[in-house]
Amino acid sequence: MRLSSCSKEELAGRLKGDGLFLHTGPFLSRIRTAVPAVVDGIALLYADNRISAHEPYADFHIALNRPRSLRRWINAQVHFEFDGLLPFKPLPLAQALPMLEWGLNWCIGFHAHQYLIIHAAAVEKNGFAAILPGAPGSGKSTLTAYLVHHGWRLLSDELALISLRDGRVTPLARPISLKNRSIDVIAETLPDATLGPRCKDTAKGTVALLKAPRQSVERIAEPAWPAWVIFPTFKVGAAASLVANSKSDTLIELGRNAFNYSIHGKNGFETLAGLVDNCACYTFTYSSLPQALSVFDALQPARPQASRIPA
Amino acid sequence: MSAGGSNSRPPLLPHLAGRPETLANLSLEEWDLVVRQAMRAGIVARLCFQLDELGALGKVPERPRRHLESARTLALKHMRDVRWEVDCVCRVLAASGVPITLLKGAAYVMAELPPARGRLFSDIDFMVPREHIGEVEQILLDADWKPEVEDAYDQSYYRRWTHQIPPLKHAKRSTVLDVHHTIVPLTARSPVAAEILAAESLPLGCDGQLRILAPADMVLHSAVHLFNEGEFDRGLRDLLDLFDLLRYFTSQPGFWEKLAGRAEMLGLTGPLSLTLSYVQRLLKLPLPDPAREVALRWQPSPLAARCLDALFLRALLPDHDSCDDRLTGTARWLLYVRAHYLRMPLHLLLPHLLRKSFIRPQENDDSKKFRLVQQRVEELLRLTPPSRGNARHADSPGQPD
Repeated sequence: MRLSSCSKEELAGRLKGDGLFLHTGPFLSRIRTAVPAVVDGIALLYADNRISAHEPYADFHIALNRPRSLRRWINAQVHFEFDGLLPFKPLPLAQALPMLEWGLNWCIGFHAHQYLIIHAAAVEKNGFAAILPGAPGSGKSTLTAYLVHHGWRLLSDELALISLRDGRVTPLARPISLKNRSIDVIAETLPDATLGPRCKDTAKGTVALLKAPRQSVERIAEPAWPAWVIFPTFKVGAAASLVANSKSDTLIELGRNAFNYSIHGKNGFETLAGLVDNCACYTFTYSSLPQALSVFDALQPARPQASRIPA
Repeated sequence: MSAGGSNSRPPLLPHLAGRPETLANLSLEEWDLVVRQAMRAGIVARLCFQLDELGALGKVPERPRRHLESARTLALKHMRDVRWEVDCVCRVLAASGVPITLLKGAAYVMAELPPARGRLFSDIDFMVPREHIGEVEQILLDADWKPEVEDAYDQSYYRRWTHQIPPLKHAKRSTVLDVHHTIVPLTARSPVAAEILAAESLPLGCDGQLRILAPADMVLHSAVHLFNEGEFDRGLRDLLDLFDLLRYFTSQPGFWEKLAGRAEMLGLTGPLSLTLSYVQRLLKLPLPDPAREVALRWQPSPLAARCLDALFLRALLPDHDSCDDRLTGTARWLLYVRAHYLRMPLHLLLPHLLRKSFIRPQENDDSKKFRLVQQRVEELLRLTPPSRGNARHADSPGQPD
């Protein structure tokens, strides 16, 4: 069942009661909360996701609750609970929705070692994926938001899940987290896109979540072959330019951006080396989003992807 | 069993009682609870290893199996890191010639004993002779290990009253070493003479510098650690360690007599008697006759036994809502108090607790607050949890630069 087919009251009831079973990519989370901003946020941002009335098993049992202390009322806070544990310090209540997203990221980063998890966006076209690792401020999320509303499919905004078996990228298609000025840029450029409320003064400045496009959410079962590793850099006034990177530098940089690279040991190295071998590697400097799109649309996969690295 | 009684669903414990094959037939709903309880008890990876050994991992439904395998991947990383770290310690201390007796998890890994499977580490424990501990500390400090506690009171507390120096954290790898000179605090009601342990320790490897405790002593250390230290968030895991060790050593001729003799010599008959009682009753470990005799010899009085049961049968379950009843919190608290009572006489304990409860580190000025905010920012960005005891392991997941 699609979340949007559920009325707001029903949704709120489930979230307050036994929990909402929400499918996001390969993961199934049981979410409970009575915080209105989170209920509204889920209704808006996960409208196209599959939900279940009940599931016997959930990967992550999470809840966002207000503390049972003075902080419930004065300078109100919110806790992220992972099956009854509190992995984070509480945040101001106004940041409850971004906290859900960060919390879900944490759940994956800490428990999904069936993947090599790279801190990167990933987008797909014609079955091939571009992996976009980027430091905060590199314009990674802005670029991703634009691309996925212009013919590319969103695989992920923050966590590129690389299969250790065949090297493919597994889609997550969760909301894109936009920060600070890029919120206005996207709101102006993509007036039809669904943008959540702005949360000010978070750890990352002002944050707003952009709903994943419906087609991306619907094609959640289709992984993609990585074909490009592109480090984006936003630079005011710069013409779009794609400069080739050495494979060895790319490997090291990707390793540094991977959450669980060292956990996988030799396996992790081989997976990453296989990925870099099969990808064209670039640094991409841009200032104009339409220009960036035309560069991306002109990308050709480096080589046929028939021969893949063995598991 | 009274503990966990209010919940109609069975706790996961019975399935672990040396019969992991029962896990292969669980429903998805049962798996949901098993994985959550096992996660809390820190034994998910262990279950994965056990099922794999039985060839039954393939029978586990896909979603829970992914969790088991993911936990195993992490545990294998911890095992590699422990071997590496022990190697680093050995190289640094080689010139000194000081014998290094590995304790607990590090010993299980390096000696390839059954409790090593699926174990997660927050630190590496080893013991050196007390007369060399200053020298060892200095060598480690010179080799980039830094004291983890900086507060002068805490520093001197460790040195004066406990059986270890303040934990040392490696500046680059963030691994934590607990360097001991015996296995129970100096102030404990029954102090343990380290020389008795050292005399029977066994060499690991050829040069003889790296050592482990003799089998009986290893069991006793694990027992005193579990039953006298008051922290039961990993109680089930620790009891399973004992289960593994006893099952492994029971085939050695004369093991049980030796164990009883050492327990008496070291003054650890209490923890041993509790161990034998709970591995039998909670984990259904069948004990051979000589072990039963040992268990009977130091059996507590019926009244004491009932009190201990009321506490331990609750605290040894996974620290998860589904295992708790009304009294679980109280039981855990009483065991914490009991541990302090066993650790220190009151005239030392009370001033210590008073100080700990009234004098907290000054975190009030603005720069400290700012630092905390910064830290939170980093935690969120990097997806690492706030520093907690169990997240101390080097290179814990989620540290891209």
